[in-house]
Amino acid sequence: MKIAVCVKQVPDTWAEKRLKPEDSTLDRESAEGVLNELDEYAVEEALRLIEAQGGEVVVVSMGPERAGETIRKALSMGADAGIHIVDDALHGSDAIATSAALAKALEGRGFDLILFGSESTDARMSVVPAMVAERLGLPQLTFAQKVEVDGSTVRIERQAEYGYDSIEASAPVVVSVVEKINEPRYPSFKGIMAAKKKPVDTLTVADLGLEPVTVGLAAAWSAVDEFAARPPKAAGTVIADDGAGGVKIADYLSQQKFI
Amino acid sequence: MSSAPRSPLELFAIDHLLTEEERAIRDVVRDFVERRIKPEVADWFEAGTIPARRLALEFGELGVLGMHLEGYGCAGTNAVSYGLAAMELEAGDSGIRSLVSVQGSLAMYAIHAFGSEEHKREWLPRMAKGEAVGCFGLTEADFGSNPSGMRTSAKRDGDDWLLSGSKMWITNGTIADVAIVWAQTDDGIRGFVVPTDTPGFSAREIHKKLSLRASLTAELIFDGVRLPADAVLPGVQGLKGPLACLNEARFGIAFGTLGAARDCLETAISYALDREQFDKPIAAYQMTQQKFADMTLELGKGMLLALHLGRLKDEHLLRPEQVSLGKLNNAREALAIARECRGILGGNGITLEYPVIRHMNNLESVYTYEGTNEMHTLVIGQALTGIPAFR
Ligand SMILES: Cc1cc2nc3c(=O)[nH]c(=O)nc-3n(C[C@H](O)[C@H](O)[C@H](O)COP(=O)(O)OP(=O)(O)OC[C@H]3O[C@@H](n4cnc5c(N)ncnc54)[C@H](O)[C@@H]3O)c2cc1C
Ligand SMILES: Cc1cc2nc3c(=O)[nH]c(=O)nc-3n(C[C@H](O)[C@H](O)[C@H](O)COP(=O)(O)OP(=O)(O)OC[C@H]3O[C@@H](n4cnc5c(N)ncnc54)[C@H](O)[C@@H]3O)c2cc1C
Repeated sequence: MKIAVCVKQVPDTWAEKRLKPEDSTLDRESAEGVLNELDEYAVEEALRLIEAQGGEVVVVSMGPERAGETIRKALSMGADAGIHIVDDALHGSDAIATSAALAKALEGRGFDLILFGSESTDARMSVVPAMVAERLGLPQLTFAQKVEVDGSTVRIERQAEYGYDSIEASAPVVVSVVEKINEPRYPSFKGIMAAKKKPVDTLTVADLGLEPVTVGLAAAWSAVDEFAARPPKAAGTVIADDGAGGVKIADYLSQQKFI
Repeated sequence: MSSAPRSPLELFAIDHLLTEEERAIRDVVRDFVERRIKPEVADWFEAGTIPARRLALEFGELGVLGMHLEGYGCAGTNAVSYGLAAMELEAGDSGIRSLVSVQGSLAMYAIHAFGSEEHKREWLPRMAKGEAVGCFGLTEADFGSNPSGMRTSAKRDGDDWLLSGSKMWITNGTIADVAIVWAQTDDGIRGFVVPTDTPGFSAREIHKKLSLRASLTAELIFDGVRLPADAVLPGVQGLKGPLACLNEARFGIAFGTLGAARDCLETAISYALDREQFDKPIAAYQMTQQKFADMTLELGKGMLLALHLGRLKDEHLLRPEQVSLGKLNNAREALAIARECRGILGGNGITLEYPVIRHMNNLESVYTYEGTNEMHTLVIGQALTGIPAFR
């Protein structure tokens, strides 16, 4: 089985995120970059599948030079190879352009399964997996809390508010995973040391056969006109408990139409 | 105008001196300590015990046990990575780091460096996984700084050895599956690989410690322990055997102590930013800032020293007296930092709600074990003058 996992480098979850005043894109330099959390679950799921059934895991990431660290993190967890799409022309790409680049990189490589996290922690659009599936003409099994591969049949449990839906499709398929699916492993020290010897291909926009004008900030279908910092939190209302504190809190809540 | 605070080691741009691989290894250990050690260690410390078996298995899975050794299921990282791992573990607790140091740098290292092929095959893979725990018995009640006077002896009885005597202050002693025991023989001091289920072997836990409470410390008693001929470590004779092992562990301590110091300093800085007295944060007073600046300098200098020693070790150039520079300075400065931070936390500084007094008390042990401050001073003195002044 040949599995691709698309992984995104995002600013550290705890870091303060900033947009750059020049072009309103995310300032990716100011915070440490980490492997998008849900993508770690996707890598883990891919590793578990090949540990059970044999095969190969290739991680694919589009991002600036230092997204290479994110690819290496996935390799140190145990993935076999990486593909890094890196090109200045891609800066500021929207979801449409991102999905086009990923689809081109994935196309024709014989993947049976293409795994994604279901959402990034920075832009949080949750659309890239579906867009890539559409571009490749593949069935999309999204929001999976469980994945089973039985020959060429791929079955998932799609997480839902009421429980889950069981859905299946024939490989090749696109699958996106939710947090519930597993508990990602730590990279082992041997894994970390082996990672730097694993092959990582770098691809440019030209290598992908895309026109530079179709990607990047200028080509984005939407634009950020302006942005503003979140207003500081207003000081809370303090109610001293003089014996009637409970009543006062209830009054406050009903004034605010909470109760 | 105030600016965002930076951490002491960020100020030194220490990461700039590390490779991507070293940072990745460090981050994995840091993450493990945050998730698995820090939430529970104060309770272990208060209870005076640790779930050592479970921890050993978790450390095995993490890969830190004997991580800098080659083969036999060990990861084979460089020395700097091992030092960084020790530092992260000790940022959790010195007792936790001790468990790992004794396993990897004392017990496993002794077998790896001086054991027979059979010793290595029998013990190292299981010890790397944490399935078997090791301890290291050198110190005796009457012979601490001067182990050469030890009384524990191993005498030939036919082909066998008969081991008699006792050892004191032995970390992991009560839970160990195998003890590396140093004893007098007719050929001088030799090391023995002693499975702890051998008849005549017993271990008694040492209680009432006020330091390294999240670590098990024991007295070992050998009452005519009969060992086969091949129990002896074939690769070394004399005190240089145990001293070589201690050098490995001391190297880890030069880094480890800085982890405890860093945790104290970061805790104190964040505490001082929140804590207000006389209507402003105590971090805003010059006296507090002077303390932070001085402590940061010592922490950073200690880190630069440790990294320098690590690079030398990776080039196989590190000499024992250079390890003494690191152990002496970093244990001493870490203890001083912990004490200063303890004061900055005021009354809260004396509780286990904050890690500081725990680190401070732990560092008292670290200051003493693996060669006291005075012993390392004498080693350095001898290196500088050529004159040994131990006796
Ligand atoms: C604050 C902010 C706001 C944005 N707003 C918009 C907007 O309104 N419209 C718009 O079109 N774009 C927007 N973008 C751009 C968007 O971040 C990129 O298009 C991004 O590459 C894909 O969107 P996402 O991160 O939301 O992906 P999601 O769809 O949330 O990600 C799902 C999964 O897709 C995969 N994936 C996503 N990106 C990559 C990648 N680069 N490499 C490999 N795998 C990947 C991962 O598996 C991920 O878990 C915004 C970006 C930021 C930072
Ligand atoms: C928690 C803990 C765990 C330990 N774990 C282990 C272990 O796993 N294995 C093991 O073998 N040992 C272990 N030890 C023992 C440790 O290595 C010894 O305690 C240490 O070597 C000091 O020996 P001592 O306690 O006998 O002190 P002593 O040697 O009696 O020293 C007492 C004081 O006298 C000073 N002194 C001694 N000689 C001189 C001199 N010539 N000049 C100047 N000053 C001198 C010392 O520096 C010290 O300040 C552990 C100790 C502790 C506290």
